[in-house]
Amino acid sequence: MQRPNLSAWLYVTPLMLVLVPFFLLPTLVVLVASFFETDGFGGLLPTLTLSNHVDVLTSAQTFLLYVTTLKFAILTWLFTLIIGFPVAYFLVFHVRSQLLAIGLFLICTIPFWTSNIIRMISWIPLLGKEGLVNSTLLGIGVIREPLEVLLYSGLAVVIAYVHQLTIFMVVPIFNSLARIDKRVVEAALDAGASRLDVMRYIIIPMSKSGIALGSTFVISIVMGDFFVVKVMSGGGSASVVSAFYENVGVLQYPAAAASAVLLTLVLIAMIALILRVVDIRREITQ
Amino acid sequence: MTVALGEADMPMIRRRRISAVARGDRHPWTFYALATVFILYVAALYGPMICIYLLSFQDIRGGLVFPMKGHSLHWFIDLFTQVRTGDVKGSFDRSIKLAALVTVITLVVSLMAGLAFRRRFLGDTVVFYLMIGSLVAPGLVLGLGIGLLFQWIGISPSWYTSALGAQLSWTLPFGVLVMFAVMSRFNSAWEEAARDLGASRWQIIRLVVIPVLAPGLVAVALFGFTLSYDEFARTLQTAGSLNTLPLEIWSMTLNVTSPSLYALGTVTTIVSFIIIGACIGAIIVINKRRGMRATGH
Repeated sequence: MQRPNLSAWLYVTPLMLVLVPFFLLPTLVVLVASFFETDGFGGLLPTLTLSNHVDVLTSAQTFLLYVTTLKFAILTWLFTLIIGFPVAYFLVFHVRSQLLAIGLFLICTIPFWTSNIIRMISWIPLLGKEGLVNSTLLGIGVIREPLEVLLYSGLAVVIAYVHQLTIFMVVPIFNSLARIDKRVVEAALDAGASRLDVMRYIIIPMSKSGIALGSTFVISIVMGDFFVVKVMSGGGSASVVSAFYENVGVLQYPAAAASAVLLTLVLIAMIALILRVVDIRREITQ
Repeated sequence: MTVALGEADMPMIRRRRISAVARGDRHPWTFYALATVFILYVAALYGPMICIYLLSFQDIRGGLVFPMKGHSLHWFIDLFTQVRTGDVKGSFDRSIKLAALVTVITLVVSLMAGLAFRRRFLGDTVVFYLMIGSLVAPGLVLGLGIGLLFQWIGISPSWYTSALGAQLSWTLPFGVLVMFAVMSRFNSAWEEAARDLGASRWQIIRLVVIPVLAPGLVAVALFGFTLSYDEFARTLQTAGSLNTLPLEIWSMTLNVTSPSLYALGTVTTIVSFIIIGACIGAIIVINKRRGMRATGH
């Protein structure tokens, strides 16, 4: 029993040598810094205080930031699921040639390996005041004046998020759907089940793990983002992290750290809620 | 009796109709509906990107929106010669070096972690959740933590120390997750056979494990390179005084309002596409060779 443990730890040591100094310790540093005071010049005074946390928790601005960020997170989650599920379902159950399925799957995943910022700014020529959408709508006479809400608005933020993050829904759902034994579906149809029954009693329950995993990705990314909100809202909206970043910018590290601690707790609670549905570890390693 | 027989026939007819569908004689209506959704999704995925590639080839009169004004490489030349757009060449150079470094480390560390996670070991759950935590942690928060940590220890942050570590905290969880998927198809009987034949531990890894897992390792490398090359949030606070390419692009989005921003987008996407193409090509070649060897013998 002892030896295999030892060799496994030997293999996992390099991973820990990255995770401890670049994830565990920095997280603890932020936690500690949230209880410190600032000297106003970017230095930290090691006098323990709860005032940073009290300030964050009692500020009306914090509440508004969370409302905005949660609104973006929920809308993005909803749209990525509505788009991602049919896309994954189509690839698994309707594309018969395996080679074609792999090719189409790659087409969906390639943008994931390119720059997020570039994909975000690529909406400017489409959604801008003189952009393609407005000029087309003006051209066919649907609207008389260009729509201002398309770019630099909440709508643009959600569009950019959905554009970037649907892939995070597609891949886990694709994986869980691909594991469904097609004979189970056939057996159900033979036994007289309707398409809706198959969807309700077989497909959706068996793809729950993929949906949970995809939701975890989408929600944690939106909650932790600031650059999409900053650019696409045109300064109109702020997110929890953009407020955090402003605090960092003016060297208010303890205040920033306190809001980061709150964000982390909220994130952990949300993810724990999602993962009650599914044992993530078993799903990933099996 | 006859009534019962008639009832029993019903599912038979049903089944015949369904199996006809399954054989491909006729697509159900859902096929066309879902195919439409899929095509629209792909169009929305690539459409905007193609727009900025086109707009980056305008001439000097060009603006940020359609219609195209002339055709030239003006904005590409502008990108690499103008000082006001920042140090594009230097940051490009740093990003490539950093991505190469991250790729090599991600490959080795992910392979080792993948080997470790084949069996349960004491504390494996802790390692696993540390990894997931590192994956979902907000990049900017982690960046601040790393920055403060370096400040307390007294090391000044730079792209090849703090930013390298920050990026690894992002690429390694992805690399290990890909390794999990690859490992699930690895038959440990091959390894045991090699051990029975007297292979040492290192020989097993070099001669059995790595060749068998080669396509998966290429995929890990693809993740390592592209995720590092485009990483932004974690690098922002940890890169020190010299920018990487995404940081350069970020500062351009805030103050450059000419098509040179699009030109930079085109250039960086071409680099990404070359890497993606090379990796997918390598995986196809490895698999094809295997297929030929399998049928040849």
